[in-house]
Amino acid sequence: MTIPAAAPLLSVRGLTKHFPIRTGLLQRRTGAVKAVDGVSFDIASGETLALVGESGCGKTTTGRAVLRLIEPTAGDIHFDGIDVRALRGEALRTLRRRMQIVFQDPWGSLNPRMTAGAAIKEGLIVHNLAHGAEADRRVATLLDEVGLQASYAGRYPHEFSGGQRQRIGIARALAVQPSFLVCDEPVSALDVSVQAQVVNLLQDLQRERGLAYLFIAHDLAVVAHMADRVAVMYLGHIVELAPRATLFATPRMPYTKALLSSVPVPDPTANRQRVLLPGEPPSPANPPSGCVFHPRCLHPAKDSDCARIVPLLEEKTPGHFVACLKESMTHHPTSSP
Amino acid sequence: MTTPVRVPDLSGASLASLSGEMRSMSPVVSSRQRRWRVPFLFIVLLATVAVFAPALAPYSPDIPANYDAIQNLAPSRAHPFGTDGLGRDVLSRVLFASRISLSLAFASVLLSLVLGTSYGAIAGLVGGGIDRWLMRGLDVALSIPRLLLLLAVTAFWENLPLTALIMLLGTTGWFDVARLVRGEVQRLAQQDFVTAARATGVRGARMLRVHVLPHLVPLLIVNATLSVAATIALEAGLSYLGLGVQPPTPSWGNIMAEGSGGMASQWWLSVFPGMATVIAVLACHALGDALRDRFALDQVPA
Amino acid sequence: MTVSRPLVKTDPAAPNGWAPNDPLLAVQSLRVTFDTTRGLARAVDGVSFTIAAGETVCVVGESGCGKSVAALSLLRLIPAPGRIESGSEIHFDGMNLLTLNEEALRSVRGRRMSMIFQEPMTALNPVLTVGEQIAEVVRVHTKASRREAWAQAVSMLREVGIADPDVRATEYPHQLSGGMRQRVMIAMALVLEPRLVIADEPTTALDVTIQAQILELLRAQRDRTGLALLLITHDLGVVAEMASRVLVMYAGQIVEEAPVGALFATATHPYTEGLLAAVPRLDQIGGRLRTIPGTVPAATDWPTGCRFRARCPHAFARCETDAPELVQVGPSHRARCHLVQEPSHRKAITP
Repeated sequence: MTIPAAAPLLSVRGLTKHFPIRTGLLQRRTGAVKAVDGVSFDIASGETLALVGESGCGKTTTGRAVLRLIEPTAGDIHFDGIDVRALRGEALRTLRRRMQIVFQDPWGSLNPRMTAGAAIKEGLIVHNLAHGAEADRRVATLLDEVGLQASYAGRYPHEFSGGQRQRIGIARALAVQPSFLVCDEPVSALDVSVQAQVVNLLQDLQRERGLAYLFIAHDLAVVAHMADRVAVMYLGHIVELAPRATLFATPRMPYTKALLSSVPVPDPTANRQRVLLPGEPPSPANPPSGCVFHPRCLHPAKDSDCARIVPLLEEKTPGHFVACLKESMTHHPTSSP
Repeated sequence: MTTPVRVPDLSGASLASLSGEMRSMSPVVSSRQRRWRVPFLFIVLLATVAVFAPALAPYSPDIPANYDAIQNLAPSRAHPFGTDGLGRDVLSRVLFASRISLSLAFASVLLSLVLGTSYGAIAGLVGGGIDRWLMRGLDVALSIPRLLLLLAVTAFWENLPLTALIMLLGTTGWFDVARLVRGEVQRLAQQDFVTAARATGVRGARMLRVHVLPHLVPLLIVNATLSVAATIALEAGLSYLGLGVQPPTPSWGNIMAEGSGGMASQWWLSVFPGMATVIAVLACHALGDALRDRFALDQVPA
Repeated sequence: MTVSRPLVKTDPAAPNGWAPNDPLLAVQSLRVTFDTTRGLARAVDGVSFTIAAGETVCVVGESGCGKSVAALSLLRLIPAPGRIESGSEIHFDGMNLLTLNEEALRSVRGRRMSMIFQEPMTALNPVLTVGEQIAEVVRVHTKASRREAWAQAVSMLREVGIADPDVRATEYPHQLSGGMRQRVMIAMALVLEPRLVIADEPTTALDVTIQAQILELLRAQRDRTGLALLLITHDLGVVAEMASRVLVMYAGQIVEEAPVGALFATATHPYTEGLLAAVPRLDQIGGRLRTIPGTVPAATDWPTGCRFRARCPHAFARCETDAPELVQVGPSHRARCHLVQEPSHRKAITP
């Protein structure tokens, strides 16, 4: 996979998560929801890899599986050379300090019975990094770093707005000084003006602390601002992965093209050529055979192979990975659908 | 995110269509939140009376020396609740019985809470196969009628000591607490803040203590209050049948049992302990209901 | 299959005094307040606008601006403790909606003016099939028989792009995907070809590819029936695509109204400018988003003077003492800002 310069901070290969479906009186396993089905990518230190896709594509599951908040069914995860899946107990806890997560829902992600300060302090206490007055000092510093007043430490979540709660969540994640952050749709639930504040904050923090981000989002416009590279997911697979500018300018995967063209542009004079996808996204419990996108694909060269063969994510041009049987290496048609 | 607006009730006004913020500021909701104070004060009063029974009771609850002179007296100024067949002042016995009935109820409910919470929390947090088997065990336990079980055991056990009775009531009353706790713990486990705690590295014991249990407290308080009400009634019933608290230890139930033969002639032996039981049960119920409103446990948690 | 047009019940709210050139909807000084424990919340505080037949007007704003409450009030769906204050006027199709009795109002709702809600899962009745729900709308307002109403329901489902509509009509909401449920909502709202459809964030809960389909559907229906559309959204991209005219709301008031081109090209009110600068855009890769500092004030405590001044980079003395009125900026373009008359106070914004 793509490795820009030095060895990547995070390396994921073949990550798979199947959720069993149990039916009947004895709750026998009758099938599986293939939420994530063989996902591979690298993230370098200080880099932002965006993971985009629509609901049901598996991006949230991927983010949590990387941190082992959901146990992967299969696959390899290496963080700074350490095999994450092999860790147990105390070793896993120690690793947790270096990989943290920021959640989407500012309402559910903070314990309503804990003050902001207590929530932020939790990491410090649990890992014996600081206690008592020292911990309080660090909490004050963190609050300041995320743009909140130190006096907010004594308040409860319901006293804050959505944007402020997100900042508290970020402060909580930063308390243990991670080098990698999974941002699971951190701004989706926020108003536009608040969203801008939080996006800027995440960018600033990344610069100041040298953080790597796995930025999960469905809003492509936000991704355009945050990401260095973008991976597009569909039904548990990464279908395209490319540097940001390349993906937005020359997407090659039919799904990516449809996705990009669907985003409403805030400009009434913009020329809109919309690719409308037919039908509905299939259920991950029953994915199509071969290429999971083939039933809805409008590629001119689509044929019966697409229904049989699962395409691999291959580097078609340097740095640009596409999972499509019909997109050839090194060059692509200049007029694309 | 915009103000979430759900479909309003077209046939009438509905608060549900406003955002949560608007709803919590509504005066309709907040008056409901104060209804617990009166029942609570009442319970406190009852408990105080029970604690200070020896000081408040005009007589000793034991058989007095001149028992044959004052047997079966109707209520009078000297004996406001009358006397029983053994010359004992009924008021004093009712007061002392309150200690027994109330403490028995509190203790057994406490035991149920501890047992039920542990069982339910483990099932809820561990999940998977263990949870399934624990719940099946619970289903079996719930299928046994508690009352029949209690009757059977107490019938066979002559002169049941009080501690044994407490243990019996406690070990048969924890099943629905377990189910409740397991459901709530499962719901909590799905919330992002619990995942966040796991991501921070919080382990089992601390997770339970700091992150999960505080949410269970309102649920447990409501459940406990209602259980106390039920247990008071249950114990009164058992004692009335002669199976619960054994005389001479006074209990509202067994005082009523003494008077059951002569309800027409010695009505004071049935009415006063009966009223005491009813008042205690009603007060606990009222408190439980009011607390349920206060903690907004019937609404979908935000 | 031909569907005969059912007989229409006599309309108790017959229009009177309405001339063809009058706007379809005219709202004047709409004030909606809520009695809360923290005081009186003025959710909508003096909103006036019109919608002409066939026009698409977008109301854009963030949480707490009052746009959803304003929309609900048009159909008089405000629940207690909210109320529409006296002095408000809502005229629709020649009728004064605020003086209609319940029966007359019910004949308007669903038939001449209908609403599409944000969350189809909560707006649809989970115990009725989707076909039944659409058919019910038909039967409530017309004399159609069960069979005729069902036929109309199926035909409407086909119209909104649902494949196998006769099968789908027998399914329950939970069996359908989010996009399909929203289509069902649209079918319910459009089945009787209302003259005005109010859509409250109809695509916010949907994926972007589904959103594109739904917007396309709304456009097609609009072209087919000539309905007027009041579209409430926070997404400026949707506004750019759908609107012919835009109303920007802040703190219970309209702060800017303009034709869509003018709004995006020459936004005047600092809040609109701030929103436009804060929106991340697909065609502007990288860079830093300009933010609007601060937060929306509470509805129980609107600031004196201009409500936006605490967050406005151009605020000056007059903004604190005088509450600005809507003043003309260009053709059909008004803004509630003192800068229109005193442009010298406009400061340069460092990007």
